[in-house]
Amino acid sequence: MQTNFTLDQLADPNIAVADKILRSCVHCGFCTATCPTFVTVGDEDDSPRGRIYLIKDMLETGAPASTPVAFHLDRCLSCLACMTTCPSGVDYMHLIDYARVRVEETYERPAHDRALRAVLAAVLPYPARMRAALRAASLGRSVRGMIGTRGMLGQRLRAMLDLAPGAVAGRSSTERPGVFKAAGTRRARVALLAGCAQQVIDPGIHDATIRLLTRMGVEVVVAKGAGCCGALTHHLGKHDAALAFARANVAAWTREIGAGGLDAVVTDTSGCGTVLKDYGFLLRDTPESADAARIADLAVDISELLMRLAYQPSLTPPPGLVIAYHAACSLQHGQRVTEAPKALLRRAGFTMVEPRDPHLCCGSAGTYNILQPEMAGRLRARKLDTIAPLKPDAIVGGNVGCLTQLSGTAIPTIHTVVMLDWMAGGPRPDRLPSDAAIAATRPAAALAQDPEATWS
Amino acid sequence: MITLPKPKPDVLARRDAVHEGLRAIMQDRGVITDPARLKPYETDGLSAYRQMPLAVVLPETTEQVAAVLRFCHQNGVRVVPRGAGTSLAGGALPLEDAVVIGMMRMNRIVEVNYRDRYAVVQAGVTNLGITKAVEADGFFYAPDPSSQLACMIGGNIGMNSGGAHCLKYGVTANNVLGIKLVTIEGEILELGGTHLDTAGYDWLGIVIGSEGQLGIATEITVRILRAPEGTRAMLAAFDGNEVAGACVDAIISSGIIPVALEFMDRPAIHACEAFAHAGYPLDAEAMLIIEVEGSVAEQDWLLGQIKEICARFNPISLKVSQSAEESAAIWKGRKGAFGAVGRISPDYLCMDGTIPTSTLPLVLRRIGEMSAQYGLQVANIFHAGDGNLHPLIMFDANDPTSMHKAEAFGADVLRLCVEVGGCLTGEHGVGVEKRDLMSVQFTEIELEAQRRVKSAFDPEWLLNTAKVFPLQAGTASAGPDALPHAA
Repeated sequence: MQTNFTLDQLADPNIAVADKILRSCVHCGFCTATCPTFVTVGDEDDSPRGRIYLIKDMLETGAPASTPVAFHLDRCLSCLACMTTCPSGVDYMHLIDYARVRVEETYERPAHDRALRAVLAAVLPYPARMRAALRAASLGRSVRGMIGTRGMLGQRLRAMLDLAPGAVAGRSSTERPGVFKAAGTRRARVALLAGCAQQVIDPGIHDATIRLLTRMGVEVVVAKGAGCCGALTHHLGKHDAALAFARANVAAWTREIGAGGLDAVVTDTSGCGTVLKDYGFLLRDTPESADAARIADLAVDISELLMRLAYQPSLTPPPGLVIAYHAACSLQHGQRVTEAPKALLRRAGFTMVEPRDPHLCCGSAGTYNILQPEMAGRLRARKLDTIAPLKPDAIVGGNVGCLTQLSGTAIPTIHTVVMLDWMAGGPRPDRLPSDAAIAATRPAAALAQDPEATWS
Repeated sequence: MITLPKPKPDVLARRDAVHEGLRAIMQDRGVITDPARLKPYETDGLSAYRQMPLAVVLPETTEQVAAVLRFCHQNGVRVVPRGAGTSLAGGALPLEDAVVIGMMRMNRIVEVNYRDRYAVVQAGVTNLGITKAVEADGFFYAPDPSSQLACMIGGNIGMNSGGAHCLKYGVTANNVLGIKLVTIEGEILELGGTHLDTAGYDWLGIVIGSEGQLGIATEITVRILRAPEGTRAMLAAFDGNEVAGACVDAIISSGIIPVALEFMDRPAIHACEAFAHAGYPLDAEAMLIIEVEGSVAEQDWLLGQIKEICARFNPISLKVSQSAEESAAIWKGRKGAFGAVGRISPDYLCMDGTIPTSTLPLVLRRIGEMSAQYGLQVANIFHAGDGNLHPLIMFDANDPTSMHKAEAFGADVLRLCVEVGGCLTGEHGVGVEKRDLMSVQFTEIELEAQRRVKSAFDPEWLLNTAKVFPLQAGTASAGPDALPHAA
């Protein structure tokens, strides 16, 4: 596609990168078809191709982001379904990432919007603050009914309260640095991204990862100085804050490589994994660019690591148990990890179903379900509408954001690694219905006949 | 560059009133007037041509379409219909004084009737969306343009779209039974029905392929067909474009109708392989994708016949797909081909001439010669069995000389197509891109006859003005003021 940048503009390395990306787009429009917001609202401005065009115009004119431009770019989930679809290989992720920075730098947001974003950036990446906020949310729930539903602010406050878990867990085992020794002979040594919000919202996920990996002979390190991966602030366009998190993590894990060696940096939160794998690009213009590229190369999703380690179950699931696999966008589009989690769940013996349109985002998308509650709600409803007819006993996926977003119905949401750990000798996920309840709702004979289910 | 008609000054002067009127009709939903929001609507799949519209309207019902058209007609405002905006011929290019009516929000499947084998869908349903809605029950909608993932059935009606599988099943016109058409006066017409052939004149024949010049289709009744028992694709690789073209001619003239017979040359093979990882032969100069369907015995017999014919043309390799996944990858590469060319060139013009298959070797040779003469690379990816060419002329839109050369090159290719007994467009439409070449294809009398059909539906020439017909010499205008005999 044609671009109109001056040589002066192109001297800015960020513009040079954006120009290259824009030039690779041939404007064919394939991406519109798989964009969750376009299929929901049917407006070119809410499609990847439309946003690429809005970004092109914003960057070419060099003008501050206008209200409509900020509005439509904010509505992008960064689910990256468009990148899976794009035949031209347009690097939409880096384009929208940079555009968000430009919006953050040049657009004067309304005061309440600015304040909320600042609060999210100041709370979510820090487990202690997050826990305090969730405790406050438990109190806040009692006044939920008093919050207005009409304005954006009211909708967002309600969304936050609805997303907060009912009970807040205590401090998790991964909030402090430490080493979890391998059982038996050590096969590998990995750093686990302890991260931020996940260990507060659902500490059981890291527990399962550590149990499973150590049982398989892997030493798991929670490195001193590592924290949030930077994704939350990155997607809010807060570039400097994101870079600071990334640099701290690169430094921490590089020290760990020097101390005891690392075979991988593993994450069980796929939203973070996408950013970890991009550290090489994020820190490309910093002194630690080489270290960052090395860490990005070491980064793997837990499902990739388990495939590499040849995960094997030791138990078989209870008869009649059916799980629905939910593909997190950060895994399927961001990291292009599509088969590993499903292969592992099948290997573990689970009967697995998949909803139609698995490529469409559930609306979670980091802080999206707080900042864009209306669109997120529509996407959640759409996703649940495709899952419900399959009548699964649980929704299983690899990203805590999705699991939170899709919770709140009769079907529990459980992380893939929790299910895999269970079949390898770990505890039975307490959210699952009892064996008796499963057997009662689905007599074994009915399984083969359910016409609505697409068995995989 | 393309010339657009002068905007009507009186319409531009009433911009705010037009916006107000549209908002009133649409009850403040789906009317875009802010310049920043209008920007992405200034172009379609042919992004070298751009023009900001007066407004964009996104109706949700046929009645809204009718009300908007009635309003535009009463106020002398031009209208540009738009589906998914995937046109490669500038079919949805706006005009400065025109309202773009985007059909994307009308995306419901209205009815599926398996007994009588039809489906009623709104214009904004994607082509693939129709098949998706019926495939679980073993049915499909046959025409399959390569952009089928995104392109919408309303646009398919406008362009009489084809696709890889039209060799066997026919194009859009052969697969549509009925159309709900809104005229520029806002009248809602029901053309055709739910069965083949209709009483009276063949109105569907006039409307399908009319490029939004006669009305706006809001609801379409399409034929749905039983999916075949099975399909198998085969790749045949050759060491030259001409010899591959001769092989196509031999297959078709033998009387065999494969379900699809597609051609890709070296640049296309490489670009698509990078996207689809389909195992395309990277050592070949040209490749045919040949697909057969039916029972296993029928597939085996047909593939045997086709292999025998291919063998006469010294193929580098003949490879039959061994699995459904392999076939899916082969088609993923072909369907994504135009986009994939974006990996090797920032811009391209996609020609769409259709020729008798016996002339394929000659025309492919001439295109190769023109490529050398103009100094611009070409990727050939096309529906060979139908003789529907798609040379993609690669250029750099940031370099004006390169763009002018590409336009001249494209025009030469299309002149050649007409010369050998073919036509300007197989399925993408004339649009704005091939408008001025219509006089190569048609005499002035023939053009005039077609203009009168347009005038019968749209006497003031408000619908998709400045497309399809050459602008009148010297006036840079279009429409009745330039037509001495117009109604």
